[in-house]
Amino acid sequence: MIAQLTKSERQLALIILLVLTICGLAMAIAGRQDPLGVHGAIVMLAGIAGIFGVIYVYYEPEPDEARLALYYDDPTKLAIILAMIWAVIGMFIGDWVAWQLVFPNLTFDAGWSSFGRIRPAHTSAVIFGFGGNGLIGTSLYVLQRTSRARLPDQISPWFVLLGYNLFCLLAATGYLMGVTQSKEYAEPEWYADLLLEIVWVVYFVIYMRTLARRKEPHIYVANWYYMAFILVVAILHTVNNLAMPVSFGHAKSYSAFSGVQDAMTQWWYGHNAVAFFLTSGFLGMMYYYLPVRAGRPIYSYRMSIISFWGITFMYMWVGSHHLHYTALPQWVQTLGMTFSLMLLIPSWGSAGNALLTLNGAWYKVRDDATLRFMMVAAVFYGLTTFEGSFMAIRSVNSLSHYTDWTVGHVHAGALGWVAMITFGSIYASVPWLWKRERMYSPALVEWHFWLAVAGLFTYVFAMWNSGIIQGLMWRTYNSSGTLSYSFIETVIAMKPYYVARAVGGFFFFAGAVIGLYNIVMTIRTAGQPADERAADRPVAQPAGVPALQPGE
Amino acid sequence: MGLFGLHYKLERKTMSLAIGIIIAASIGGLIEIVPLFTIHQTVEDAPDMRVYTPLEIAGRNIYIREGCYACHSQMIRTLRDEVERYGPYSLAVESKYDHPMLWGSKRTGPDIARLGGKYSDEWHVKHLINPRDVVPESVMPPYAYLTRAKARIDDLGLHLTALRKVGVPYTDEMIANASNDAYGQTSPDTPFAEGVTKRYGEATNVRAFDGQPGEPTEMDALVAYLQILGKLTDAAHKAKTAAAGE
Repeated sequence: MIAQLTKSERQLALIILLVLTICGLAMAIAGRQDPLGVHGAIVMLAGIAGIFGVIYVYYEPEPDEARLALYYDDPTKLAIILAMIWAVIGMFIGDWVAWQLVFPNLTFDAGWSSFGRIRPAHTSAVIFGFGGNGLIGTSLYVLQRTSRARLPDQISPWFVLLGYNLFCLLAATGYLMGVTQSKEYAEPEWYADLLLEIVWVVYFVIYMRTLARRKEPHIYVANWYYMAFILVVAILHTVNNLAMPVSFGHAKSYSAFSGVQDAMTQWWYGHNAVAFFLTSGFLGMMYYYLPVRAGRPIYSYRMSIISFWGITFMYMWVGSHHLHYTALPQWVQTLGMTFSLMLLIPSWGSAGNALLTLNGAWYKVRDDATLRFMMVAAVFYGLTTFEGSFMAIRSVNSLSHYTDWTVGHVHAGALGWVAMITFGSIYASVPWLWKRERMYSPALVEWHFWLAVAGLFTYVFAMWNSGIIQGLMWRTYNSSGTLSYSFIETVIAMKPYYVARAVGGFFFFAGAVIGLYNIVMTIRTAGQPADERAADRPVAQPAGVPALQPGE
Repeated sequence: MGLFGLHYKLERKTMSLAIGIIIAASIGGLIEIVPLFTIHQTVEDAPDMRVYTPLEIAGRNIYIREGCYACHSQMIRTLRDEVERYGPYSLAVESKYDHPMLWGSKRTGPDIARLGGKYSDEWHVKHLINPRDVVPESVMPPYAYLTRAKARIDDLGLHLTALRKVGVPYTDEMIANASNDAYGQTSPDTPFAEGVTKRYGEATNVRAFDGQPGEPTEMDALVAYLQILGKLTDAAHKAKTAAAGE
């Protein structure tokens, strides 16, 4: 992968890695009495490892010009492998925390393994590790195909992918050491946030530069969504993470906001991380892979437009539905609820558009587990957005909030929608990327599909039951007008559902392990003849125009 | 031209599409968040509101570090059953100095917005060492190592300085004495104890929270924090009496 870089790119890589190493060293020295020091050492080691990697191939011959006539897919390949590795890690931790609620001593009397520390490790590993790598990998793939142009250079995608994974690593290891801002889904501390900020700007620049050289007059719908994902996540990340570090030698920082303003900012971020990370980005994925795999055009261009602008505009209003009946002023709660209900229209627009695209290809859904992953994703996207709008109604929320119903809802979206569309897209991409006829074992794809579906249903039904039962128990009064149940009685009532949830989670995890194995075996089997993929390349440069130069 | 016509133009121009996305996505946040900083009624007035002591800040940071907020909320909603179970509903002013807020989103365990003073220090220490010793059916993790870990108090002045920069009214004197005050709050029989009540009020809890006076442990700090929850101001109780008297 490094040998693909040109001489000047190798030099630039060395400079970036040297800067990274120096930053790591500075963090390690300034933070020697603090967890920051450990993170400094990790950053420094990452930098040094990179430097050795580049030096190792530095004097190898430069890649030939023929590469410019092809798409640049190496970063996508690594992103997909990393996504699957993070999926296995994240789902393993997820199932472990689930069992901790059944057997609370599964912490083994250590600090790093307690529920409160590994729960964010689970959420970040699956959302940012699995989801984020899936998004970066597929977006670079889709961007090039729909623009019919190669990425503008070969170093910026590596910067984005590896920088992003360093962020994920700092996040996950930080939680185990107790480094957290406590803001849900924005837990990493200030220095990791700064790293992500830089990575994200470069990511956006790649997008703009590639689109600028596209050979298609129109920007394809998948790219609208990927762009909204990149841009809005940048806004959300920047505002919600404004904080004052204790010093340059401390990992700890204090949020710029407090109390009610902080709560609103956090849930404006939190719900729109759902909207623009876990929805917009994955809709981008769906709008490319589902029609391509089904061999059908998108059902309705106009529905795509309505859905896109509806989601982009309305989602940003709904965060306050996380704060019904709290100290947040009621007018904000009401706005959040109202927009949550209206949001159902663009959400179902997208889900319907996807399912109607499958008309004429349903026999493929029956036979092809990869396409079936995408179909289930679209169905669960529709179900989850309906459930979300429903739960945002103030009176429903009074029951559901603080209970497992919310956890079930999140997992209906995360397992049913996000993971399913990602697995489908990955199973479609892997044979294309590695020039294979098909996956190593279609039977194992079927196994993965059915394990995932079984795990999903077990999980979601368990959480619906536990959430609604606990919510009702909390508000049950006896005939003398006092509360019927103590809190601990409602905890005891949860036990069977916690067992069921952990079992369902295990099914889903097992499916991901099978998926990783199948992908590795596909990569290790022999490729198909090159000419079968002859059409998969950017539009050739007209004669007289100099070939693209990296760094151009 | 219509929406579709406008979009048809936008999707051919990269920069215009990007700007369109930024504008469409910015409106909601601007309308919902900015007024919360400018409308005075958003946060009630509470003249008796006090800031956290350095030891309580250290305890709060342990609470954050251990991810306690993942299972315990600190936000009692305006619902009858919640008020009867946990106490007066939470007011915005009560988390005015909370950077960040810890309202939480899930109650695997109960709400603890009004935990302060509800149980003895001994109960808390026993419960944190092994929750199942006092609540047999509890699913909370054990935190026995907190009794063994010395709390880091030498840098608390820096913490208070950072908090002052984001708006918490710590005085120069509080910042200068931060480490001593943390020590004093767990050592009632030493000269350092006096400064704590002088700077943070007579009602401040000054005692050996984990039963061992002297060098504060992480257990001391966490229990000191848990014992102040809901006690920084009387505003919520006053609102209740005022409503009852109407």
